[in-house]
Amino acid sequence: MGVNIHEYQGKALFREEGVAVQEGVHCTTVDQALEAYDSLGSKVVAVKSQIHAGGRGKGYLYCPDTGDLQMEGGVKIALSRDEVETYSKNILGNILVTKQSGPEGKMVNNLYIEAGCEIAHEYYLALLVDREEDAILVMASTEGGVDIEEVAETTPQAIHKAWTDPSGKLPTGADSAMADSLGLTGVSKESFIEMLGRLVSMFVSRDCSMVEINPLVRTGDGAMIALDSKISFDDNASFRHPWRAEMRDMSEEEEVEIRANKSGLSYVKLDGNIGCLVNGAGLAMASMDVIKLYGGEPANFLDIGGGANKESITTAFGIILEDSNVEGILVNIFGGIIRCDMVARSIIDASREVGLSVPLVVRFSGTNHEEGREVLEESSLEVTTVGTLADGAQAIVAATVGVGA
Amino acid sequence: MSIWINESSKVLVQGITGGQGTFHATRMAEYGTDVVGGVTPGKGGQVVDLPGRSVPVYDTMGQAISETDADVSVIYVPARFAAAAIVEAADAFNEIKGEGLIVCITEGIPTLDMIRCVGHISEMPGIRLIGPNCPGIITPGENGGCKVGIMPGYIHAKGRIGIISKSGTLTYEAVAQTMGVGEGQTTCIGIGGDPISGTGFIDCLAAFEEDPDTEAVVMIGEIGGTAEEEAAAWAADNFSKPIIGFVAGATAPPGKRMGHAGAIISGGKGTADEKFSAFEKAGIHIARDPSKIGEVLVSVLVEAGLRES
Repeated sequence: MGVNIHEYQGKALFREEGVAVQEGVHCTTVDQALEAYDSLGSKVVAVKSQIHAGGRGKGYLYCPDTGDLQMEGGVKIALSRDEVETYSKNILGNILVTKQSGPEGKMVNNLYIEAGCEIAHEYYLALLVDREEDAILVMASTEGGVDIEEVAETTPQAIHKAWTDPSGKLPTGADSAMADSLGLTGVSKESFIEMLGRLVSMFVSRDCSMVEINPLVRTGDGAMIALDSKISFDDNASFRHPWRAEMRDMSEEEEVEIRANKSGLSYVKLDGNIGCLVNGAGLAMASMDVIKLYGGEPANFLDIGGGANKESITTAFGIILEDSNVEGILVNIFGGIIRCDMVARSIIDASREVGLSVPLVVRFSGTNHEEGREVLEESSLEVTTVGTLADGAQAIVAATVGVGA
Repeated sequence: MSIWINESSKVLVQGITGGQGTFHATRMAEYGTDVVGGVTPGKGGQVVDLPGRSVPVYDTMGQAISETDADVSVIYVPARFAAAAIVEAADAFNEIKGEGLIVCITEGIPTLDMIRCVGHISEMPGIRLIGPNCPGIITPGENGGCKVGIMPGYIHAKGRIGIISKSGTLTYEAVAQTMGVGEGQTTCIGIGGDPISGTGFIDCLAAFEEDPDTEAVVMIGEIGGTAEEEAAAWAADNFSKPIIGFVAGATAPPGKRMGHAGAIISGGKGTADEKFSAFEKAGIHIARDPSKIGEVLVSVLVEAGLRES
């Protein structure tokens, strides 16, 4: 899983690492934005919405109360103090919907006011983990500032690639070759090579999973400047980067998913009506797939993990039932380390505690599945027990058809 | 026959004195795995009691391999130390025997640690890593067998089907389905779903191709990456036995993304649909319904003349 940060936080890291960026100020109010404009002393500034999703420039801002369109474009170039005020008002406290934000969009609570610069050309630069090559991949293109995915599809040769060795170093000359393929010369080439070196070492020392700069610009005097920053970190390495904790923006994360994580659960809400409680991510996805194949719609992904116990299973039931769309629950447990009889007892306790009122279908397989089934059948709980995944999906789809309709 | 491990494989447990290590070393020994010892730095000289035997604990993998002549090591150490444990095992096997199998169960290892680790091992042709973040590998035998990992041993039986999977419990589901239609397994391998890992689908397929006892393979993928597509393309040219394929995650919503880089890295987007199409194109028999893996397996075996009905 990746840990995302905002552009303004990414730029602060760039500054620390010596990667060239424009001056800018992080703001949370319109007044701060105006102060920032005054302090930057730049006639032209960019007013940039800060959310954890790309495509901000081409996004749409909506009022959270009325749903009315406030403004087109979540990144605006302001040529005056008045424009800074207008744009800031239209951005802060509104919902920004972009290609990457999902249709529900994201509330913008943070703004970045950045000094403008004279742009001679826009490039694209990204570093990320290449799982097929077991290396860090650097990608660069002269086609920056545009829809790079389209570039990748239509003219893949316009994207230049280089890979690091296992220790995270680019082969000798790879940086210079990449600069050449971007057509950079003189100070621009030198500036690019220096920036790339700093980015690669930052990627390694800070355990990033992705760093994307779109656009990376060449200014009129040949300098290379990162006008954007999208950074994700590898969460598995968070233990050695305690500084990350203060960069976390909880408002960008789903509250219920954070709560689930605290109990060792992995939960993602979906739009269907059949709740799922499964052990293992692959089996959880497969269970959702089968529900769909039998005509149902999963309400969630939920992996209870290998260390599940009565408390976490109770939490899991509670989280599933918080979703008012849920009209039935399928439990699919393949016992390995987890014993099905333990899960059965937890289900009984949890259903009492949370007041289970929707149909429940339980499929047990693996360790102590017979005991688990007996525990459920001997209880007063209304539950359908089945032996296979297909039977389970069929039973829960049948039990929820017409419910609530 | 089987691939990579069999009933005579001698197995070391790295992290044997920890809770997970002791628990799973016990389960492995119960199943019939020849657990010959363990390694926990600073606890050398201790003894761990397992069913039917007591095994020595060593401070280093070098000592452990020299003393026990082990072929395999399984790692149950915490994530922050796991990559170092893999490298220690690889160096020791390489130096002492020139070969060895390392199975890393640990989940949550930093990705860049794994890049260094996999790079280090790639220089050692005799060393194979399975995992990390995987259930391990099992070869069921006539009486017991060799289980190196955390899977429930008793759901398996010796047979002629090879199983390869990125997933944990979904692997058990596939095993259960082969058992449901009266087929056992030669070897089952959970390769793990981490971005960077050791053995991949193609390594497993190549080994199953060489194994005369494996007559068909069940391959279970997951959304993300392009390993399934590459394996399918490889299999079309190099694999002569029937493959039954499933990919989990057809209903998973496209994740909210932060940038474009992940999507343009290889052209493909790693969706279940793309992977199923790649399977079909390569002549792999697909089960879109994971609860039908067993049924598809039977029809494929019948079609290939490997089974009456």
